[in-house]
Order: sequence, then structure tokens, then C-alpha cells
Amino acid sequence: MAEDILMDIKRDYVLSRIRSGERIDGRRFDEFRQISVQTGVIEKAEGSALVKLGNTQVIVGIKMQVGEPFPDTPEKGIIITNSELVPLASPTFEPGPPDENSVELARVVDRGIRESEAVNLEELCIEEGEKVWVIFIDIHALDDDGNLMDASAIAAISALMNTTVPAEKFEVGEDFRLPVRDIPISVTSLIVDDYSLVDPCRDEMSVGNNLITITSDKNGNIVAMQKSGSYLLSEEKFYEVLELSVAKAEEVRKQVVSQINQGDKDGENEES
Amino acid sequence: MQKPKLIVDGKRLDGRGFEELRPIKIEAGVLKRADGSCYLEMGKNKIIAAVYGPREVHPRHLQDPSKAVIRYRYNMAPFSVEERKKPGPDRRSVEISKVSREALEPVIMKELFPRSGIDVFVEVLQADAGTRTACLNAASVALIDAGVAMRGMVTSVAVAKVEGNIVLDPMKEEDNYGDADVPIAFLIRNDRIESIALLQMDGRLTLEEMKKAMELAKKGAMQIYRLQREAIMKKYMKEETEEPEEENEQ
Repeated sequence: MAEDILMDIKRDYVLSRIRSGERIDGRRFDEFRQISVQTGVIEKAEGSALVKLGNTQVIVGIKMQVGEPFPDTPEKGIIITNSELVPLASPTFEPGPPDENSVELARVVDRGIRESEAVNLEELCIEEGEKVWVIFIDIHALDDDGNLMDASAIAAISALMNTTVPAEKFEVGEDFRLPVRDIPISVTSLIVDDYSLVDPCRDEMSVGNNLITITSDKNGNIVAMQKSGSYLLSEEKFYEVLELSVAKAEEVRKQVVSQINQGDKDGENEES
Repeated sequence: MQKPKLIVDGKRLDGRGFEELRPIKIEAGVLKRADGSCYLEMGKNKIIAAVYGPREVHPRHLQDPSKAVIRYRYNMAPFSVEERKKPGPDRRSVEISKVSREALEPVIMKELFPRSGIDVFVEVLQADAGTRTACLNAASVALIDAGVAMRGMVTSVAVAKVEGNIVLDPMKEEDNYGDADVPIAFLIRNDRIESIALLQMDGRLTLEEMKKAMELAKKGAMQIYRLQREAIMKKYMKEETEEPEEENEQ
């Protein structure tokens, strides 16, 4: 009961700040929290990334196996995306099989990677119709301070860019870098009245789960969208968020790339 | 598998133009036990929707003292597709159920039915692309048939990009081999599109193509909306003509 009252107070506070044109953490309405990307954090994985979006933390690990292709794409590798919202990450997460939020998270992240054709799946064919590489993208939430969606999407593509295909381990040739040719970026906005807030934090979400995620590729094409939450979206707002999201994605993409490059450089310095 | 040619001489595989819907058939009140129901065909899609409630919620801890709890279950029959589908919910249907429920929740006047539950069950008997949109259309009619108070009608249609063209209501081949798929649902009230209730997209579209897709979806939705209204009107007319007979029997 005390928590309910606290929630109400929080919601009223967040709403009153938004209506006077401010966000509770002082960000602009179209401003992301600080993004940090560390790749190669799990040695046993073929690729991995730890992403922090403000206080939200997600780790994505990539494992690869040799498997059979789907009958309709005999010359292409396979991507399988899963997410686990483990109870360690939030007091509201419960152990057990993935619930609808977890399924939605994995599927929207998967769509961005798949539809942007970020991974060149043709190069992951070992023997047509018989053997192809299967990429497992596993999203592991560590701390849910809001917008797990964008944090997971950044972590997934960063981990893929960090992935070495373990061909030697499976005795099918030499190890090689996973061919990644696009960096899809998702931008999630919280819709409140007539306002939209990019990259909402947990406290801001006390006003509701009215979200829309728009993922775009490096050429500014839209590759995935998902309206999530029980609310009605006006057409004008949709167009506004659509254009803003594509523009924002470009900014985020630059940051992600520069973080990954920086990490690679630091790694080299350590080695020398 | 070789990708078939999907558009020949400006016509689609089934002879439709780009802005044409598949044939639609809607009938309200087709099930006896349910409080509201609807059978709908949209091309080769065959959908049946049932609404139970407002009724008591079990288990009771799921009750909400201020409003009704809405549940939505999208389910595909094992024989509805080419390759038999394993029965029960998979990840795809879990996601579809979630976004469909979220499309209806703000339209149903939940606060009128505190502590109660409204269950919407939708079965796909035969699938041929656009099932989630066909299901929402059927669910919406079934809800009205059940007498559940709504802010308006939820009407849904998909738009696709096929060989560079934005087309309305894609069928299976266009969905499989097309370049983008955008299912959308609208809240329509008094013959006017008020807002977007469901929106998903996968594929690749430019901003301009996305805007064009939205405009086309609105056109298609208005046509479906009229058929949904007709189906409900028909049901009530039938009830009216049937009632006197019942009185005679007594």
C-alpha cells in the first residue's frame, strides 16, 4: 500500500515536471542518457558486449554452433534471439519461463538486426542445404532502470561486431570475423499527453508504459517498429516521433561506433 | 526457393490493384455459448472470435478494484497453415496477443466494469497473411456483439512493400517475399479515424514510403470499418425479426 502511494506521488511529480517542459533528470525531451559500450567482456562467448544506458545495464553474449539451415533458406545462416529478464535486474521480474515482455524485447531486437540485414547470412553457409552457422543472441538484463529495449539493441549489435566465428573449434576451416555490414539502432520514446520523451528512465515510466520503438539502419531507412503499451497514438505524434527517431539513431550510432573503436584501441595498448 | 514475380502488368497475383482489399465476409453472433462472437474471412484467412464477460476474474488476485481486466488470446489452429503448427502458444502468438490486447484496452471502457474480466479468444482456422489484423477486426465486432461498452471500433489492416510498390492487405506470397510489412489498427469513431491503436513494422521503408503506407492503411481501414458496422446491424435486425416469433411460442 505504501508503495502504491509512493508511486502516485512519483507519477504526479514526473507529470508536473513534464508539463512544465522539463524531465526529472534534467535531460532534454530528445536526449539519451549516457551510453557506454564495452565489448569482449565474456571470454567464453564468441562475442559479447556490456551496455550501460544511464543506470540501465544489459549484457549480450553471442554463441555460435553449426546446424541445419531452414528449408526455405538453404544457403543462409540462422539468427536466434532470446532474452532473459532475470529477477536480479528488477524487483518486478520473476523467475520462470519468459513472459510477454521478455518475448517482445527479444523479438523487437531480433527484427532490427534481421531486417537491416546487419549480418551477412550468405557468408555463414558452410554446405548448402546441409550445414550453416547458427548465431544465438542472448540478452541478459542486469539492471532495469528503464528502456531495456534500446540498451539491448545496442548491446546485441555491439556483441555481433565483436564476434569471431569459431570455425576451428567445429573443424570447418579457419576462424573469421562475423561479417557485420549495418548497425541498426532502435530509439524508444515514452508518450505522455502530447509529449514524447526519448530513452525514458524507470521513474519516468511511473506515468505508464506508453512506448514506441522505431529502429532504423545506417541509411536512415526504417527497419522495425513496435507500439507497445495500452494507449492510443495520434497520427501527428507518430510522424513526429518517426522523424525524430531516425535522426536520433544516427547520433547514437556514431556514439556506439566511437565507443567500440575506443575499446579496441585501449585493448591494443594493453597488449603492447 | 526462387522468388516468384509478384506484380505483373500492374496487377497482383490474385488480380488485385495496389489499393484493393481482399474479399471480406463478416458475421456477428455465430457462437451460442459466448457472450459475443464473430466469424470473419479476409481473403483465405478464416477467423473466429469469442468474447466472454464482463465476468468474475479467476484467480481473484488478478482482479482490479478500479476497472476490468482484459485478456486476449490469439491462437492458430494446427491445421491453419501449410506445415502443421504445434498446438499452443509460441513466441510469435505471445507477442501478437500482447500488442492486440494493448490495442483494445484503451478502447474498451474498462472503468465501467470494476473487478471483472473480459476475455477475448481468437482462433485462426486458416491463415493467409495478415491474421493479426483480421483477428482484431473480428474481436472488435465480437466485443460489440457482447455489449461491451467501447469508445469506438478497432479496425485493422496491413500494408506491404512489394517490388517497390506500397500495397494494401498483402496475401501470403506478398508477405513472404515482400520487402516490408506494416500491420496497423485504428480507433474509428463516427466514421472518422481518431488514432492508432496498434502499429508494428518489419522490413525496410523510407520515411516517405512509411507515410504513404499509413495513408493507404487509413483508406483500407475505412472500408473494413463499414463492413464491421454492417455485420453488427445485420445481427440486430435478425434479432428484431426473430423476437416476435419467440413471443408467439410462449
